[in-house]
Order: sequence, then C-alpha cells, then structure tokens
Amino acid sequence: MSAPQTAAAPAAGKKSRKRRRRLKNVIGIDPKRFDRSQLKFYAYLIPIGVITGLPILLIFLNAFKPMDELFAYPPRFFITNPTLDNFRQLFAVSANTTVPASRYLFNSILSTFLVVVLTLVITISAAYCLSKKRFKMKKLIFTANTLALMFVPVAVSIPRYFIMVNTGMIDNYLAHIVPLLAMPVGLFLVKQFMDQIPDSLIEAAQIDGASDFLIVRKIITPMVAPALSTVTILAFQSSWNGVEASQMYINNESLKNFAFYMSTLASGTGNAVAGQGISAAATLIMFLPNLILFIILQSRVMNSMAHSGIK
Amino acid sequence: MSNKTSAAVIAPPKAPKPGFTQRHSVFILMAPFVFLFTLFIVIPVVVAVLLSFTYFNTIQFPTFVGLDNYVTLFTQDSVFMQYVLPNTLLFSVVVGVGGYILSFFMAWSLAQISKRPRTILAIILYSPSMTSGVMMSAIWSVLFSADKSGYLNYILLELGVIELPINWPATQQYLMPIMILVSLWSSMGVGFLAMLAGVLNVNRELYEAAHIDGVKNRFQEILYVTVPSCRPQMLFGAVMAIVNTFQNGSIGVQLSGSNPTPNYAGQLMVTHIEDFGFIRYEMGYAAAVSVVLLVIVYGISVLAKKLFADKDEE
Repeated sequence: MSAPQTAAAPAAGKKSRKRRRRLKNVIGIDPKRFDRSQLKFYAYLIPIGVITGLPILLIFLNAFKPMDELFAYPPRFFITNPTLDNFRQLFAVSANTTVPASRYLFNSILSTFLVVVLTLVITISAAYCLSKKRFKMKKLIFTANTLALMFVPVAVSIPRYFIMVNTGMIDNYLAHIVPLLAMPVGLFLVKQFMDQIPDSLIEAAQIDGASDFLIVRKIITPMVAPALSTVTILAFQSSWNGVEASQMYINNESLKNFAFYMSTLASGTGNAVAGQGISAAATLIMFLPNLILFIILQSRVMNSMAHSGIK
Repeated sequence: MSNKTSAAVIAPPKAPKPGFTQRHSVFILMAPFVFLFTLFIVIPVVVAVLLSFTYFNTIQFPTFVGLDNYVTLFTQDSVFMQYVLPNTLLFSVVVGVGGYILSFFMAWSLAQISKRPRTILAIILYSPSMTSGVMMSAIWSVLFSADKSGYLNYILLELGVIELPINWPATQQYLMPIMILVSLWSSMGVGFLAMLAGVLNVNRELYEAAHIDGVKNRFQEILYVTVPSCRPQMLFGAVMAIVNTFQNGSIGVQLSGSNPTPNYAGQLMVTHIEDFGFIRYEMGYAAAVSVVLLVIVYGISVLAKKLFADKDEE
C-alpha cells in the first residue's frame, strides 16, 4: 500500500503536505499545547491523579491538624484550624527521652548524604569501565550485575546479617552506609546511558592525553547527568527511607535513623492518642525531602532526556 | 599532570610510560563496586544457598541435612502450599503484571498531553512510590482504621453498605485486596519514569511512516511503533515491576501489624522467610525459602526478556 503513495508524493506536493498536517493531528506524542483531542486523556488521567494524590495530600493535612480534628467524627479530610502543635510535640516529647528526635534526624541526614555521594562516585566509575574500557572480567561483571537487578535484599537478610557481624559493622555508623553502596540498578542505568556516548569522544580525549580519571570527571559525568539524577533519587530513597540497618545491625539507640524512629511512633508505644499527631508530623518530615528532591531532579531528568542529542 | 606531558611530547595515540594509577585505572575504578557487590550481594546469595542445605538454629553450628529443607517445603509445609504460594502467585500476577501494564498505560497516556500538566501528573503518580515501608503503613492505617472514624468505614457506614465498622487489614478476606490496592497505588516508580521517557523519545517520523504503512488506530500504533521503539525501557520497567512486587512482600505484615498475618491471608514468600528466620530461628529452612524466591524472581525475569525479544522480531 505504501508503494503507490510514495510514488505519488512528489507528483502532488500539496496533497502530501496536507497529509502531513493531518498526520500531525493524528500523532499526539508530546504535543506542544492543549488541544481538544487531548480531552479524552484528561478524562481519565485527572481522576486517577486525584485518587492517587489524596493519600499523599492526607500526609500534609494530618501533620497540621490539631488533636481534636485528627480524632473527629465524622472524620474530616481538610483542616479547619491548622497548627504546628504536632511538630512541637514531636521535638518536645523526644527531648525528654534519652535520644532526641533531632539526633535521629541528624543520623539520617548524614548517612543519606554519604550514601548518595559515595554511590554516585562508585557507580559512575564502574559504569565507565563497563561501558568504555576493555578488560578480562568485563562481561562477567556486567552479566552478574544484570542478574542482580532481580536481587531482592530481604530474601537474604540472614546471610547479610552474618556478614555485618563478621566485618565488625554491628553497632557501627557504617552499617547505615556500606551495605547500600553497591546499587545494581544504578550501575545498569548509568552504563546503558553511557553506551550512547560515542567512543570517538573518549578516544579524542585519550589522544589529548587525558587519563581515565580525568575523562570520568570532565567528560563522562556531565554527559550522563540525567542518569545520575535517577541514581541520586534511588540512593536517597534507599537510605532515607531505610530501616533495615537500624532494625537489625544497630542496637545503640543514638545511632539509629529517623525512619526507624518513625516506625516506633507508628507502632504506638505508650501514649497512642498523642502518638497519632506526632506520627503524622514525623511522616511529613520523612516524606517531604523525598518529594522535594524528586521535583527538583525529575524536571532535570525529563528536560535533559528530551533535549540531549545523544542517540 | 599526564595531560600536559603527553600532549607536549607526542601526537600519536598511545602515551608512553603512564604512571601506576594510570596503568591500573580500570582496576581502581572498578574495585570499589566489585568489592561491595561481592560482599553484600554475591556472598549472601551463596551463603543462602549453602545454608539451605543445613539445619541451623543460630546457636549451634549448622548441620548438613541435604535436600531436607526443600523436601519439607514442598511436601510438608502446608502453610506454604496452602497459603503462601497461592498468595504470592495472586499478588505477583495482579501487582506485578497489572501494575506494569498500568504503568505503561499511564506513561503512554501522559505522553499524549502537553508538558506542564504532564509533569504535574507524573509527580503525583510517582510520589506514592516514595512512601515505602514505614510511611505507607502510617498513611493507610488512618484510611483503613478499625473504628468508625476511619475514612473507609465512615463512608461505607454513611452509604449504608455496612452496619458495623470493620477492622479492614485484620480481616481475612479483605487483607489481600487491600495489599493489592496499596501496592498498585505505589507501583509507579522508576520503571514508570523510564517508560515515560522512552515513549516521549520515540522518533516522530516512525509514527508518520507507520501511518503511511496503514496503521489505523492508537492501539496498533502502540503495538507496532511505541512498544518496539522503547523496548529497552519496557524491559527495564518489567524487571523493576517484578523486583518491586517481591520487595514489597512484607506489606501484609506492615498493614495488619502481625506476622503471621490473620489466618495467613496476606502471607507471602518474604513474610514466610521472616517468620521462619527471625521468629522461629530456623535459618536453614528460611534460607531454602529464600532460594526458591530468588529462583522464582529469576525465572519470571527470563520470561519477561523472552517476551520482549519476541515483540522486537514482529
């Protein structure tokens, strides 16, 4: 069917232009502006978005609800008298106990920062070797890594515990950091993304005498920035939201992280009624950094992916 | 440093006499990852396989029992055969396959609208996947709380659907649907984002060519253009969906607050492992369950790869 049309196309230029314009209307991917034809997508996207967003909205609302509204009957979704009481209580209650909430928060911030930075460094250097260098074990390592994409850490939590014991990382701050650093998904993403960078670019740099370290720092890193944003998000989430280390490897209360502290609040030891408000405030503190980081980096991921000319 | 010397001395490609770190750059760059990868992923898997052939109660040294654990698992563990395996199957088909199709469909739909609303909706759809573990149970325990001030109970009471408030997650027949609902809600993670980027980056000319070749509707367009063009992202999304499904395995325990879950209604492989490993301290047996779990995940992933390889050839 296509043959006669392509033959006819040069003959009737006007017709084909018209056809193209019609095709543009048919092909709706990534439209520049709103069009009536998009209404059908909005018709289900908006309801799904609202349903998905409501529980998220609840995190925000509940954190600022006073006690009587949290337990009101009938339950009220929106707030009438917003208050910061829950946050005040969160820090007041924990100030009286041995370990203040700020300490958990500090542990979380420090360990998450280190996890993100170290994961990025480790991932990008390994990805560079797997993508652009030739060496003996390359294929094996990449195959192992691809297999490890399907790795489910909880399945082997028992052997992992023994390894932590044998490496002396029990009750050690490193327990928050070291187990999270090797991230197969991250390596996979960055490596795949890096494959799109033409080898000639790196060869040119090598001819100019740049070492591998310099190439990674100055050429590779800026070019794979979108993939690195994704790794940042993943590393952040695994560390910030993680309770594994605090639950299993650390007994010293002052070394545990905020996610763990939150899980103890949710289980409601002691004052269950006051706990609700504190727990709501803690949930927001847990959630907000995730959201902010994602909003910042997501726009960057999408932007750079749409505009980067790497094929 | 070497930058200057080699540039000044020679023009030809190979610089002579690189320093020690230069010569071993691959080793230096690769070593941290390989070391950590081996320590926290390879060795635990190997140890799990080895432990699965032993009886180990964490106090005495493991004793070799051969295939006993596996035999017990498949012949005598009635909880495993009756509840855990069917539950896992149901959960992974609905959440894994269903969540995956949903993710792709949402990614595709989002690609059809203009940028600003797309970004906002993408953030909303992605945000539940950030509420892993602790946050998830905190949010949903409010919505499904047992007394009449819980949102779901309140709505259903008002509508006259139910007469008494129900303790949703603690009720046998509701636990699984709730687990599935919550997991689907949070299933649009990295895989979803990858597929969204993939769909957006499909070359427009391919669509034009396809229409000239006689593709008539959106469905054909998806089948013949979109899916083959973003095959790498689709496969990545599939692997992520599989892993997330099994990773989320303890959601039943988180929601109902007890392990084992009420009448084993929400018992999945992961919770079965935790039950035997950390509650009954039968580490050898728990390791056998872990190995079976890893094999299942691997098997499904291979299947997914086959599926996409076939699609590519069409």
